[in-house]
Amino acid sequence: MAEKKTKRRDFLFTATYAVGAVGVGAVVWPMIDQMNPDASVKALASTEVDVSTVNPGNTITVLWRGKPVFIRRRTQDEIEEAKSVKMEELKHPEKDEDRAKNPEWLVMLGVCTHLGCVPLDQKGDYNGWFCPCHGSHYDISGRIRKGPAPTNMEIPEYKFVDANTIKIG
Amino acid sequence: MSDHEYTPQSKAGKWFNDRLPLLTLANHLTDYPTPKNLNYWWTFGGILTFCLITQIVTGLTLAMHYIAHADMAFESVEHIMRDVNYGWLIRYIHANGASMFFLAVYIHIFRSLFYGSYKAPREIIWIIGIIIYLLMMAAAFMGYVLPWGQMSFWGATVITNLFSAIPFVGEGIVTWLWGGYSVDNPTLTRFFTLHYLIPFLILGLVVLHIWALHVPGNNNPVGIDIQKPSKDTVPFHPYIVIKDGFALLMFMIVFAFFVFYTPNILGHADNYIEANPMVTPAHIVPEWYLLPFYAILRSVPDKLLGVIAMLSAIFILAALPWLDTSKIRSAVFRPLYKQFYWILVADVLILGYVGAMPAEGLYLLIARVATAYYFIHFLVILPVLGFKEKTLPVPLSITEPVLGGSPNLAMAKNKESLTK
Repeated sequence: MAEKKTKRRDFLFTATYAVGAVGVGAVVWPMIDQMNPDASVKALASTEVDVSTVNPGNTITVLWRGKPVFIRRRTQDEIEEAKSVKMEELKHPEKDEDRAKNPEWLVMLGVCTHLGCVPLDQKGDYNGWFCPCHGSHYDISGRIRKGPAPTNMEIPEYKFVDANTIKIG
Repeated sequence: MSDHEYTPQSKAGKWFNDRLPLLTLANHLTDYPTPKNLNYWWTFGGILTFCLITQIVTGLTLAMHYIAHADMAFESVEHIMRDVNYGWLIRYIHANGASMFFLAVYIHIFRSLFYGSYKAPREIIWIIGIIIYLLMMAAAFMGYVLPWGQMSFWGATVITNLFSAIPFVGEGIVTWLWGGYSVDNPTLTRFFTLHYLIPFLILGLVVLHIWALHVPGNNNPVGIDIQKPSKDTVPFHPYIVIKDGFALLMFMIVFAFFVFYTPNILGHADNYIEANPMVTPAHIVPEWYLLPFYAILRSVPDKLLGVIAMLSAIFILAALPWLDTSKIRSAVFRPLYKQFYWILVADVLILGYVGAMPAEGLYLLIARVATAYYFIHFLVILPVLGFKEKTLPVPLSITEPVLGGSPNLAMAKNKESLTK
């Protein structure tokens, strides 16, 4: 008899805890989610850039989602250098062809994948970018070659709207 | 705690105290028996309380003039500096006050390390202290972001990006912390809110810290348990109040020197340039008080492991009461520990120095050796030392070395000689 009573109480306790947990969760989640990007931040998702004035061997930097995007018009030598790198030498193996669909134009997030600084153009041991914060070296394809950064600089979604205009995002 | 019952003398006092025993608490605090041999290293608890109150008062007044918005924050800080009556003074006290707070807390922590104040029965005091220290770092970091200069912006970017090292969910956490895709206005407003909140959390923890302290009472330079109250103790008021007050005055001279003569020496010139998400300053470094941990972060060539090493360097302190296996508290009676203690002090200073230097060449090598030694000290040397070290004989009371003439002779005394 005593055993049966305990079981009924256990059921009531468990049911109460479960309902309570759902209630607490329903209140806590909005408090957490309010910190995520809001609708106005999400709305600023794409940027169009006119690249007609960029000469070979030059880089322009544009702001997209509050972050710098490097658009580099690469010279023929640079393209060949980027393509000639063997995959075994890379910490994060990616072919240059996969990073720059049009090899003349390298479009990538100018954000070091270590801790988010903006790397400097035409610096470092690999003739590409160098991050001043913690010493990561990137090559002319934006691939990590030396230093603490774990991955290559990210390629955002982009497309050529026409010959002179790139739409990022 | 003082064991005797307290009854207020006035009738009104008795009436009030029966309903809310605040006078009993005040009496406990004034009569609180304190070891009579406390040296000046023990005055930093009071100094730290002063620092906290200073930061809260100056912070409240600054918040009356500051605007937490990415477009206006930088200008509002300049407005405080140029237009607000005594704004320059209040801001310089607040900015240098953070450095003074850390200076005092590091002395306080290293005093505990030297005299073994973290050991039983004071583990909870120590752990609350470590939590306060963590909150101090969070408050200081977020406060440094508020002027929205270049160092503010890029410091915030680098530190929040530490979370991106967490596998799978890291990127999501960083976006959540930012409230966007980069450090921006939503980040600034939430940092301001939290920067405002944390000092009050610290205040609450300070009450717990002192409460936990008043259960076993203060440790002391000799590091032995004492009878309270006894010949070995003096009441907190007036003895310790006067001593703490004098030390506080000396500390305030140093504080005032920074505020009035070199108010910007501990900051970075780059922070007088408004935040620019397109350009990272050539050499970003955190404030001086975070440099040792920054050096540990940079000495590990892997992102995730670097973050883990840096956080472990802080959290390892919480485990210290169990890592140190020696029963003897004070380094005065631990000849080997005393030497390792000073090596650790040097190690942390070296880490701080290389943390401010570029992470390359010889600096990187030194940082790696110093990082390795930091962990070896806590994980290998301290546990082993407790078993291997030949400690010196500990006196039976604080009074014994004094009455016995030469302290060293007295330390060698055994119990029989005292009872004779």
